[in-house]
Amino acid sequence: MIISIASGKGGTGKTTVATNLSLSLDNVQFIDCDVEEPNANIFLKAKITEQENVFVSIPEVDKNKCDYCGKCSEFCVYNALAVVPSNILVFPELCHSCGGCELVCPQEAISWKEKIVGKVEHGRVGDIAFYQGLLNVGEMQAIPVIKALKRKVDKSKNVIIDAPPGTSCPVIESISDSDYCILVTEPTPFGLHDLKLAVEVVRHLNITFGVIINRDGIGDKKVEIYCKNENIPILMKIPERKKIANLYSEGIALVNAVSEWHEMFYQMFDQIRKGVRK
Amino acid sequence: MKQLTVISGKGGTGKTSITAAFASLAKNAVLADCDVDAADLHLILKPDIKKTMGFHGLNIADVDRDKCIDCKKCFESCRFNAIDEEINIIKGSCEGCGVCAYVCPIDAISMKERDSGFSYISDTRFGPMAHAMLKTAEEASGKLVTVVRNNAKTLAIEQKKDLIIIDGPPGIGCPVIASLTGVDMVLIVTEPTLSAIHDLERILDVAKHFDIPAIVCINKYDINKENSEKIEKYCKSINIEIVGKLPYDTMVTEAMIHEQSVIEFSDGDLADGIIKMWDKIKKRLIE
Repeated sequence: MIISIASGKGGTGKTTVATNLSLSLDNVQFIDCDVEEPNANIFLKAKITEQENVFVSIPEVDKNKCDYCGKCSEFCVYNALAVVPSNILVFPELCHSCGGCELVCPQEAISWKEKIVGKVEHGRVGDIAFYQGLLNVGEMQAIPVIKALKRKVDKSKNVIIDAPPGTSCPVIESISDSDYCILVTEPTPFGLHDLKLAVEVVRHLNITFGVIINRDGIGDKKVEIYCKNENIPILMKIPERKKIANLYSEGIALVNAVSEWHEMFYQMFDQIRKGVRK
Repeated sequence: MKQLTVISGKGGTGKTSITAAFASLAKNAVLADCDVDAADLHLILKPDIKKTMGFHGLNIADVDRDKCIDCKKCFESCRFNAIDEEINIIKGSCEGCGVCAYVCPIDAISMKERDSGFSYISDTRFGPMAHAMLKTAEEASGKLVTVVRNNAKTLAIEQKKDLIIIDGPPGIGCPVIASLTGVDMVLIVTEPTLSAIHDLERILDVAKHFDIPAIVCINKYDINKENSEKIEKYCKSINIEIVGKLPYDTMVTEAMIHEQSVIEFSDGDLADGIIKMWDKIKKRLIE
């Protein structure tokens, strides 16, 4: 079963939920898909033992063959090629590797080379097989790294996916194919506004979902009222407590410090599993 | 005209609350919300929308079933697996490159504009604002960020504003890069948690990569003073100025609920801290 953790708004507690849930279960595969800013391993502390680079293909122009006709730059909708009177420039960060430039080149001057855009790391901690992706600094596109991570999914395990914030392509790539999605929010106007956007995304993808309210006690009751009106189950409330904030700031998982949370996360998982089987 | 982008790497550190506070302090600025994925600045600034423009992100392939001869050339050529063997276009996977339309021998495929969202030009009680909305499950948020930034620049020129304050998205990828290229300075809002420190290091690398001067604000510095000291030491070691250390204050949420900036809502230590920080930033921007 694949459970993904998403949010819309950043900093609501996705990683808190994903890591604590994982530490409360057996036979877990944890995948940190927030490849721009991965934080889960600060809490899980898996020793990284394997690494592989993620490549994308980008065009290479043979300047002996190129006659600067400009057909490739005209075709490229991503503006990854620019032709000036006696030169051609390639902007690898903008390239989506569609292959169009090679197809339209009348001189057959274009070939492909591999470029590293990030890496996938793997390690183990306890009963958790841990994976995370890292987008290289300065790279635009997180998708190839997330795709490489998603190829690691082992459905025989309890797969926990920590998604990036937002509602666009990296989130969709991360959570699609999930059996269940947990949306983490906070009871504030920003939290509610972005929760609504996240709900639109999971409904669009037809994924069953529920909500966790983090920092419960700050703000107002509007998130709860919204969930009630929309028939969205509230799976858990994590109260606003100095102790919890402090553990988080030190990179210590809640379940490792306060054992009652272990049982609460397990119970929540059990409830989700029963719901998914139905 | 100067441009300042507020970013963080990690989400939820307080970018938008701080941007809203700056909006109420700046005398002659245009506000731009470049977190087009999950825009929140409008919840405080309450913009009065003057102009709405459609946004077309990437194109999408459209197959004319009557013409299609099922040769499968498009299926074989698509690098995004956006066409299945029955020649259905998978909307979520199509990146609009146009290769399928090019290889189709009987011109059965055309590339259509996709309605991906809207960009807006608005008035607020603090001045003009450029913002946007990306539709559910649409791509090209980087392109929409560029639209918002261009709208903000036009507003600044038309209304003779000397500053654009940009609320940026979390992360380090495409929309973040689109939010910070070519600006005069980035303010990175961090907090004293190990996660935020990790993300601060990465976003500082991004700023350096694009050669943009960066300054740092430690928000909620008092929730873990040891970690705040670590951030201060680290920034000192790489010559990055910390322009503000703001205390944790429940007023931030209260102000948000009242749809006001922290500056409008209260006048405690937090508001003082932001005012002092703003004065420093103004000076740095003029330098």
